[in-house]
Amino acid sequence: MSDHDQGHHHGFLRTYVFSTDHKVIGVQYAVTALVFLFFGFCLMMMMRWQLAYPGHAIPVLGDLLPKLFGKDWGETNMAGGVMSPDLYNSFGAMHGTIMIFLGVVPLIVGGFGNYVMPLQIGAPDMSFPKLNMASYWVYFTGGVVMLASFFAPGGAASSGWTSYAPLSVTATQGQTWWLVGMVLLITSSLLGSVNFIVTILHLRAKGMTMFRLPFFVWAQFVTSFLLLLAFPPLEAAGVLQLMDRVAGTSFFMPQGLVVSGVVQDYAGGGSPLLWQHLFWFLAHPEVYVLILPAFGIITEIIANNTRKPLWGYRTMVYSVIFLGFTSFLVWAHHMFMTGMGTSISAFFATTTMIISIPSVILLTCLLITLYRGSIRFNTAMLFALSFLPMFAIGGLTGLPLGLPASDIALHDTYYVIGHFHYVVAPGTIFAAFAGVYFWFPKVTGRRMSEKLGKLHWFFSFIAINVVFMPMFFQGLAGVSRRLYDQTLYSWGDAMQGWTITSSWGAWALGAAQIFFIVNFFSSIKLGKRVTENPWDATTLEWSAPSPPPHGNFASVPTVHREPYEYSVPGMSTDFFPQNVSEA
Amino acid sequence: MSAGVLPYTVETHPVTGVYSGKLGTWLFLASEVMLFGGLFSAYVLLRVGAPEGTWPTREEAELSWKIGGFNTLTLIISSVTMVMAWASLKMHNFAKARIYLIITVLLALLFITLKLSLEYYPHWHEGLKPSTSVFFACYYTMTGLHALHILGGVVVMLYFIGPGASLWKTDPEHYTNRIECTGLYWHFVDLVWIFLFPVLYLMN
Amino acid sequence: MSGSHADMSKHVKMYLGVLSALFVCTILTVYASTVNMGHATNMTVALLIAAFKASLVAMIFMHLKWEGSKIIWITLALCALFFSLLLFLPMLTTTGLPASTVYSSWG
Repeated sequence: MSDHDQGHHHGFLRTYVFSTDHKVIGVQYAVTALVFLFFGFCLMMMMRWQLAYPGHAIPVLGDLLPKLFGKDWGETNMAGGVMSPDLYNSFGAMHGTIMIFLGVVPLIVGGFGNYVMPLQIGAPDMSFPKLNMASYWVYFTGGVVMLASFFAPGGAASSGWTSYAPLSVTATQGQTWWLVGMVLLITSSLLGSVNFIVTILHLRAKGMTMFRLPFFVWAQFVTSFLLLLAFPPLEAAGVLQLMDRVAGTSFFMPQGLVVSGVVQDYAGGGSPLLWQHLFWFLAHPEVYVLILPAFGIITEIIANNTRKPLWGYRTMVYSVIFLGFTSFLVWAHHMFMTGMGTSISAFFATTTMIISIPSVILLTCLLITLYRGSIRFNTAMLFALSFLPMFAIGGLTGLPLGLPASDIALHDTYYVIGHFHYVVAPGTIFAAFAGVYFWFPKVTGRRMSEKLGKLHWFFSFIAINVVFMPMFFQGLAGVSRRLYDQTLYSWGDAMQGWTITSSWGAWALGAAQIFFIVNFFSSIKLGKRVTENPWDATTLEWSAPSPPPHGNFASVPTVHREPYEYSVPGMSTDFFPQNVSEA
Repeated sequence: MSAGVLPYTVETHPVTGVYSGKLGTWLFLASEVMLFGGLFSAYVLLRVGAPEGTWPTREEAELSWKIGGFNTLTLIISSVTMVMAWASLKMHNFAKARIYLIITVLLALLFITLKLSLEYYPHWHEGLKPSTSVFFACYYTMTGLHALHILGGVVVMLYFIGPGASLWKTDPEHYTNRIECTGLYWHFVDLVWIFLFPVLYLMN
Repeated sequence: MSGSHADMSKHVKMYLGVLSALFVCTILTVYASTVNMGHATNMTVALLIAAFKASLVAMIFMHLKWEGSKIIWITLALCALFFSLLLFLPMLTTTGLPASTVYSSWG
C-alpha cells in the first residue's frame, strides 16, 4: 500500500486544497487554527491596553486602524485612538469565541486528531475521507463568517461568547452573523466527530485492541462523543436565537422588556434562562473538549520522555470515560446565580465535586509516571511538564466556583477568568505547543530548533503566569469581568496595579511567541532532517516515514503489544515499538 | 486492507457488527435526537413556565388534527415504502426498489405541500405567525426544522434514484447499504413527527 | 439478514403488520386526546402511545430488534439519558420557587 489513490495523479487543487487525505486536512486545520489563535490573541492584547491605561490612545494601532477602516469606523470605534466601550465588548466576545471555536478545538481535534489518530491506529486514512474534507471547509466558512462579522453594521457580536439573552437578542447585526457562524462550526464538529468515532472503532490495524490504543486516541474518542451529543442543543438554541432576532419570536424574550428607554416589541412569554440551559448544556462538555485532547497529547510526550511505561493506563482510560460521561451532568454550576432552588444547586454542586476526581486521577497517574523516570528535557517535554502544575492550579481554582456559597462572591469576577485561562492557556495551549514540537518532525521530516524552543517555553511560562495569577487576587477583591474601565470602582482602582502587571505580562507573552513563529517557519526549510523515529517512540506513527505518504504505511502494520513499552528488562534498546514483532 | 479502498464499507466489522456507513448513520441520528431534544426541552420549559391562560388551547391554536393526522399517516406509509425499497434491493430487484423510492419521495412532497398550503400559508395570513406567541414560535420552528429534514431526505433519495443509481451496477451491496442508511435517516424523521403531532396538535 | 425470497416475504408481512399497528395507534392517539382525563393524564397517555409507535418504527423499520451492535446500543442509551436530563432538569431549576418569582421574570 503506497502512494496511489486509484493510481491518479491529482492537480494542485485536489492535492493541497480539496484533499481527502487526513494528513493534508490535519495540516489545514492546524494552520488555520493557529492563524485564528494569533488573531484572537491580538484582540486580547488591544483589550489589555484599555484595561491597563483606560482612556489612553492605543500606541500605533490607535492611528493605524482608523486609517485602515475609514473615518466613520474610526470615529465610532476609536475616537482619538481610544478603544470605544462597544468595540471593547465586541473584542471580548470575539476573543472568547475565536479562541475556543476557531482556535483551540480545531487545533487539538481537527489538527492533531486528524493527523495523528489514523497513524496511531495503523489506518490508511479516516473512515469517511470526503466527509473529513467537508468538515474542514464548513469550519473554514464558519470562520470567514465570524471574521466578516467585524464589518457588519454595529460591529461584531458583543454579548460575550456566552451570548446571553435578552442582550444578545437585542444586539446589533453582528450577533446574527455570530449565530450563523456558530451553526456552521457546530455542523463541522458534528461531521468530524462521527468520522473520528467510526475510524477509531473500525480502522484499527490487526492486533490493535481497544486497550492497546495510545491514550491520545482514547482522549479523542471520548472527546468525539462529547462533541456528538452535547453540541446539538446549542445548535437548536442558536436557531431559536436566530428566530428571536430575525423572525421576532419570543423564545428568550420576556414581555415588556425595556432597552434604552424603548419597550421592545415582543409577544413575550419567553425565558432568558432557557438560553442559559441550552447554552451551558453544550458549553460545559465543551470545556472537556478543550482539555481531553490536551491530556492525550502530553501523555504521549511524558511517556516517551520518561522512558517508562505509562503508570495506570487502564485507570486513565476509565477515568477519561467517566470524566466525559459526568461532564453532561454539571452544566448548571454556571448558573448558581440565576435563582435556582437550593436542592437543584446542591445536585449540580455535588456532580461538580465528583467530576474533579477523575481529573485528579489523570494528573496523579502522570505524576507517578515521572517518578524514577529517565527524564529528557526537550522542548516538548518542558511544555508537557509545565502543563501539570498549571492544570492543577486551574482545576483547584475551579473548586470554589463549583460550590454555590463561595460562587456568590466569585461569580463573574476576574477569579473566573483566571481559573479558566489557567486551564486553557498554560494548560491546553501549552499542550498544543508540546504537540507541535513533538510531531513537527513527523509532519515535515525536520526538527524544530531546540534552542529557540526552550527560549519560547521559558519566556512563555513566566509571562503566562504574570498574566493570569494576579487575576485571582483581583477576583477575590471583587473586580468584575467584562469591565471596560475597572478604575471607575474604588475596589477596581485599588487593584489597578495588578491590571497593569497582567497587561505587560500579556504583551511579553505575545513577544515570546516570536521565538515560536520564527522557529516554526524556518524549520520547515532549514530544520535538521530526521528519519522515522527521532524520539525513539513506541506508537505506530513513528514507524511511518517522515512525512508519511498517501496511505501512510509502506506495509500494513500489525500490533504486538501495549503502547508504552519503554525500558523493558532484558532488551538492548529502551523502547519496544508496538509494531515490531518479538525476537 | 486493500490498496486505496477503505475496509468495512460493505462488510461488517467483527467487533462492532456493522459496516462503517451504518455506524456513522446511527451516530449522526443520536446527534439529531439531541438536536430535536433541545427543541423539545425548550417547548417543555416554556410550556411549564407559562402563566395560567397564556398558552393557547387547542381551539385557539387552530391546528387541524385532521390535516396533522393525515400527514402522520402519510409519513408512516412513506416509512413502509422506504423499508420496502431496501427489502427489494436485498432481493436484487432494482426496478421495484426504484419505484418504492419514488413513491417515498412523492409522499414526502405530499407532506410538505399539505403543510405549506393547508397549514403555514393560511395561518400566516390569519396573522398567526412565529412572533405571535411562544406556542406559535415553537410550532413553526419545530415543524419547520422537521420539514427541512424531510427536504434533505428527499434530496438524498432523488440522488439515489438518479445519478447515484449507477452504483447499483458496479457495487450492488454498497448501494443497498446506502439505501439502508437513507432509510434509517428517513425512519428517524418519521419518528420525530410521531412525537411532534400529539405534542403540538393534540395537547392543551 | 439473508436475501432469500421466503425470508423477505415474511419481513414484508411484518412491515405491513407494523403499518396497521401504527395506523391504529394514530387513531387511538387522536381519540384519547378528545377524552378529558386531566392534563397530566392526557399528556402521559399521548406520550406513551407515541413512545410505543416510536419503538415499533425503531425496532422493526430501523432493524434494532436484530441489531447486535453494542456500540449502537451504548450510544442510544447515552442519548436517551442525556435527552431526559435536558428535558427534565431545567424544569426542576424552577420548582420549589415561589410562582411569582418565576412568572414575573418571564413576563
